[in-house]
Amino acid sequence: MEDMLFYDRMQFAFTITFHYLFPQLTMGLSLIIVWFKWKFLRTKIETYNDAAKFWMKIFAINFAMGVVTGIPMEFQFGTNWAKFSELTGGIIGQTLAMEGMFSFFLESSFLGLFLFGEKLLGHKLHFVTGFLVFLGSWASGYLIIATHSWMQHPVGYEILENGKFVLNNFGALFSNPWLLPSYFHNQLASVITASFVISAVGAFYVLNDKHSIFGKLFLKSGVIFGLISSILVAFPTGDLVAKNVVKHQPVTFAAMEGIFETEDGGSEIVLIGQPNILEKKLDNKIAVPNILSFLTYQEWDAEIKGLNEFDSNIYPTNIPGLYYAYHIMVGLGTIFIGLMLLAAVQLLRKKLFQTKWILWALLFMAPFPYIANTTGWYTAELGRQPWLVYNLLRTSEGISPTVSSGNTLFTLLGFVGLYLLLGLLFLILVGKIIYKGPQPKKY
Amino acid sequence: MELFWYIVLMTMLTVYVILDGYDFGAGIVHLFFAKKEKDKKAITNAIGPFWDANEVWLIASGGVLFFAFPTLYAASFSGFYLPLIMILWLLIFRAIGLELRGQIHNSIWETIWDKAFGIASLLLALFFGIALGNVVRGVNLGMVTNGVPVHESHYFFLPLWNPTFSPTTEHLGIIDWFTILLGIIGVVALTIHGANWIIFKTNSDLNDKLKRIVFRLNFALLGLVVISLLVWHIIEPKPFHNFIKTPWLWIFPFITFTGLFGLFFIKRFKKDGQGFIFSALFLFGGITTTVASIFPKLLPSTNTINPDLTIYNMAADDYGLSVGVNWFIVAIILVIIYFTIQYKVFKGKMDNVGYGEH
Repeated sequence: MEDMLFYDRMQFAFTITFHYLFPQLTMGLSLIIVWFKWKFLRTKIETYNDAAKFWMKIFAINFAMGVVTGIPMEFQFGTNWAKFSELTGGIIGQTLAMEGMFSFFLESSFLGLFLFGEKLLGHKLHFVTGFLVFLGSWASGYLIIATHSWMQHPVGYEILENGKFVLNNFGALFSNPWLLPSYFHNQLASVITASFVISAVGAFYVLNDKHSIFGKLFLKSGVIFGLISSILVAFPTGDLVAKNVVKHQPVTFAAMEGIFETEDGGSEIVLIGQPNILEKKLDNKIAVPNILSFLTYQEWDAEIKGLNEFDSNIYPTNIPGLYYAYHIMVGLGTIFIGLMLLAAVQLLRKKLFQTKWILWALLFMAPFPYIANTTGWYTAELGRQPWLVYNLLRTSEGISPTVSSGNTLFTLLGFVGLYLLLGLLFLILVGKIIYKGPQPKKY
Repeated sequence: MELFWYIVLMTMLTVYVILDGYDFGAGIVHLFFAKKEKDKKAITNAIGPFWDANEVWLIASGGVLFFAFPTLYAASFSGFYLPLIMILWLLIFRAIGLELRGQIHNSIWETIWDKAFGIASLLLALFFGIALGNVVRGVNLGMVTNGVPVHESHYFFLPLWNPTFSPTTEHLGIIDWFTILLGIIGVVALTIHGANWIIFKTNSDLNDKLKRIVFRLNFALLGLVVISLLVWHIIEPKPFHNFIKTPWLWIFPFITFTGLFGLFFIKRFKKDGQGFIFSALFLFGGITTTVASIFPKLLPSTNTINPDLTIYNMAADDYGLSVGVNWFIVAIILVIIYFTIQYKVFKGKMDNVGYGEH
């Protein structure tokens, strides 16, 4: 039983982590491509259209990777988490079925038109198809976060005698207080990924003195989108998400922040330190007094409950993992704001393209939003443990009763091998497109 | 309510088989009959802008199954664990074969992805036929051994095969001689269907050859269908029960045979799309006939202790199903609009669409 649960969790964690590397770029990039296409329609400057076309090539490969790694996610609810699906399908089936019907059809129907239809459709209609692809991908994110929010903070349900969750208020699924902050937090984080990728490619071209016109355009757009999204992801959206956690999952909040003991006169904010579960303290701690209480409740001496206040059988299963995931996300988020601020100042002073060290920093920063997005999701998911549906259904009660651990390990190994291949192919192909650079129309 | 969602689900699955079926078929044709680069180009052009949206019918059907019949979704997806995960792997290979081939112009690269696309398409057609076979045959629900159920009444797990390959033992496998027979019917039917789509959507040099192939394969298909009907009673002792009770259901077998016999006239068709219509009729009729004969069962039980899984004991709660109708009607209207636009823009012959050229 123990290893069944372990392999089921490993497989889901591995496949969802790998999958989400792609949609986060798809969602952010679709917004920026639509913006390039819009600028082209307004200004008639061909560079914008060529920029849109260049990113569409990368978008196409990225989208395909997202689709092929996304289908296993929907299947795995049934294959590996049958009991969870049986008990909650009447509720999360709603939002997942809606995702298929409302967003996948929209995206996939217009993606073909967007990628192959520029000549057939003309620029205006081509812009519309791009916008619809963007809309589809953001709708998909919305319905997934609605599902996620219900698992974090279940609403609009009742539990029957046989343990099944049934829906009794459809509207509640979408007015869930967990939903909107998480949704915008997540979408802005995906815009950060796209902005940093675009800035990095721009920096690469400018530093290389190749395709510089495009390099400068990419840097400019990347920095503007990057600055706005990095700020908004922290405040107000990140702040609102954290307040939801304090309110509805206080034990999770204590573990995230590394608060073992409730402190009189306000809690400190931990910047660095390693959780020591045996001795219930943080090793090598660097902390600033009272800040956490202020950030959480806007009062310097507000009380924040430490882990000591809770029963250990509702502790998050992996406290150090949760603590690190959260601190890595917040730490990186802070660095993103700092770097984008500096870049934006240089951009305003018209010196960005000459400030080599910022360009190098932007180039090297490209992988980090992926790490921040991933650890952000780990914070949410590890934070919900040991529950599948918070406080109501334990993770160990959700697995498929008849699938043995040998079979799960077999498929897990298969996914690992297959995804390694996919990742390698993706890097080769995208690397090739970036190296070749945008191909302006010849006159 | 259950009946409404059952019809929705079956319709969506049938649409999926007809649409993505031509993609699989095109892949099989690509694997066996496309020798020249020009032929391969024609085939990928014919399905290029469509296959992705076609595949969404599978994902959306999965979503509707999850939502409307969660217990069936849970039981069958965990019970058919291995083949389902393998189908996922094949879908991945087929998709990247199609998408990545044109990215690098090198004959080894192209050959690898051609084969990935072709072989994955072939195996998918086989697996989907086998899947239909498993649903008709039923499974050992609750995994009853020596008269004692080991699991809850609707859960089960099937290995890929057992040593006897028999569809009537207690220890069933996914693959036995009956399900393999339906798998082969799947491969032949979808090859015909894919060939018809290529004939319809291209002016390729391959078209005349494909018409001859369809004509010959149709004999094989007829033979296989007759064999399957002869052995059907071993799996389902009362296959005509529903048809006798509700005579209008005979329209489904009638449609099946209209499609099957119509295809023998393929060489005389004036319009290139006619063959496709007949193979679509065959697929539509074949699936609906099978489904109609086991209604209201969704998955029969092969033991006498646990009851069949039916649309009535598997459905979600009434409130959820009723609310779902509202958004579903909005969504399906939108989907029809999308597909109309898509097929209008890419109407006619597709030889010059330039799929995969980046």
